[in-house]
Amino acid sequence: MTLMKNKDITQEALLRAEKDPLTSTPVHLLELDGVGKHYGNIIALSDVTMAVDAGRVTCVLGDNGAGKSTLIKIIAGLHKHDEGTFSIFGEPRHLNSPREALDAGIAAVYQDLAVVSLMPIWRNFFLGSELTTGVGPFKRLDVETMKQITKKELKEMGIDLRDVEQPIGQLSGGERQCVAIARAVHFGAKVLILDEPTAALGVKQSGVVLRYILQARDRGLGVIFITHNPHHAFPVGDRFLLLKRGKSIGYYNKKDITLEELTAQMAGGAELAELAHELESLGGHGDVIAEVEAEVSGTETRRS
Amino acid sequence: MTMTATAPVKDERVAKKSTISKILGRPEIGALVGAVALFIFFSAVAPVFLQPGSIATVLYGASTIGIMAVGVSLLMIGGEFDLSTGVAVISSALMASLFSWYFSMNVWVGVVLALVLSLSVGFINGWILIKTKLPSFIVTLATFLMLTGLNLGLTRAIGGSVSTPSVSNMDGFESAKAIFASSVNIGGIDVKITVFIWIAMVAVASWILLRTKVGNWIFASGGDANAARAVGVPVVRTKIGLFMGVGFCAWVLGMHNLFAFATVQSGEGIGNEFLYIIAAVIGGCLLTGGYGSAIGGAIGAFIFGMANKGIVYADWNPDWFKFFLGLMLLLATIVNLVVKRRAEQK
Repeated sequence: MTLMKNKDITQEALLRAEKDPLTSTPVHLLELDGVGKHYGNIIALSDVTMAVDAGRVTCVLGDNGAGKSTLIKIIAGLHKHDEGTFSIFGEPRHLNSPREALDAGIAAVYQDLAVVSLMPIWRNFFLGSELTTGVGPFKRLDVETMKQITKKELKEMGIDLRDVEQPIGQLSGGERQCVAIARAVHFGAKVLILDEPTAALGVKQSGVVLRYILQARDRGLGVIFITHNPHHAFPVGDRFLLLKRGKSIGYYNKKDITLEELTAQMAGGAELAELAHELESLGGHGDVIAEVEAEVSGTETRRS
Repeated sequence: MTMTATAPVKDERVAKKSTISKILGRPEIGALVGAVALFIFFSAVAPVFLQPGSIATVLYGASTIGIMAVGVSLLMIGGEFDLSTGVAVISSALMASLFSWYFSMNVWVGVVLALVLSLSVGFINGWILIKTKLPSFIVTLATFLMLTGLNLGLTRAIGGSVSTPSVSNMDGFESAKAIFASSVNIGGIDVKITVFIWIAMVAVASWILLRTKVGNWIFASGGDANAARAVGVPVVRTKIGLFMGVGFCAWVLGMHNLFAFATVQSGEGIGNEFLYIIAAVIGGCLLTGGYGSAIGGAIGAFIFGMANKGIVYADWNPDWFKFFLGLMLLLATIVNLVVKRRAEQK
């Protein structure tokens, strides 16, 4: 197999993936098959299956303790999984460090540890991948180039800063996320993991971050968007993986699920939804099903 | 798709900082203000303070603290601190002196071994810290106590006294003294060589901190070690390297002490670790890491030198020195705090 050649997934492959990403077999950027992880005798994650493709947003939804963090730690190289297979460009891998994940094109943007807040924006942007000029003992940081690139990349993401020398802690939460995303994009990330990027943000700032997610997607990145808010996930996601207590409770294409269903599953209405499906499959009375479904979705209205 | 990428958004709250607030945002500004104030103060009370000879003496006093403050400042920016530095200086000097004396070897052999010892102490401090994830306070307090005991115990066991036998008539003493403890005559004034070593070390440290990858990693490791690790910064190597840097500084100062006096008091050095930390803190290094400068630490050491000698020139009782130092520490850190907050708001 010439797996590595598939790095640049063609439009055709994307279309195929769109048709049925759950079962079709183009090479995914990332693919998890039955992945599990336990810490001692505590099972943090078991049997999770999902895929990430270029130009697609895969949302991972779950409440606190659902295993979202464990999942991204595995993908980002902070922990190793001990069950199932985790493939990058079709090749099964075990990542030993975040550096290895970065080298494989996987960049994680964490909610609270995305940046070092006392450091200037440009230093943060290039942290860990600094540009240098000169040789030997005179090898030094290429400050001007780094500042220019930072300014340019941020502008392309829609943030126009005059001063990239200010500490990044002075930026708003949304802007900090944006810097982290722009950084990942600049350093050739093919897969972007966003860990609860909107959790600590207000409504407006969340909207800004969601826009950056779409920009990253449109630049051809595979995005993993982790959140516990279906209202944030649904408008931007192409696929949805729902986690509960370390297990996958559903994996859907956007066309197969509505915001109401997503919310219901998140809100712990999975059992009720299951009942509704069961009744339907048994040929139960339509009114009863509608009633149960109404119960499931509550009064949630779809956000435009 | 439900949404499309839209026009750039701009945050109207991001305003351009003025040049003044940029200068005020420098970590060492509080120390600089303090140093100037103290200089004017002592010049007024003790005119002798302004004589070139006095300034050379002040600089010498500053350099003996400043050399260590370089390493300690960098370590503090890297998010750790070291309580074992005061006695580590003496350990290094004892190693060089006792080894050369006991085996009747050229002192340079001892000097090299002392460097190995100092770097090893730094490495072990850093390594234990990383492996156990204990706070540096505990780890280096333990090192401090152990080194104190070793200094006293081994000196008595080997040399039979609390101070080491003199190495002044041994091979290599003169050349070592020329490098570590000589004076340079500038315009009729003898300036101790440590002043130049100190300035050179501050320059190199500033270069590393502001213009190299390692400098970036030091700031990041101290500012947020987890974030740094997540973007691929070798935090472990950086921190261990910083402790070894402190070890190097301890070696330089230890060698100066040895070759300036030819003999070493094994019980010395205790308490000096606080002077180094004070110099770094006055110079604007945050105790919590991620912020500060090597030049700040140097200004902190200069303040120490001025207060230390200025009191003597002003004919005051040196008993007042510690009070002065405490007051300076408090004032400089408050100024740092105020200036930093104001600069961040603008």
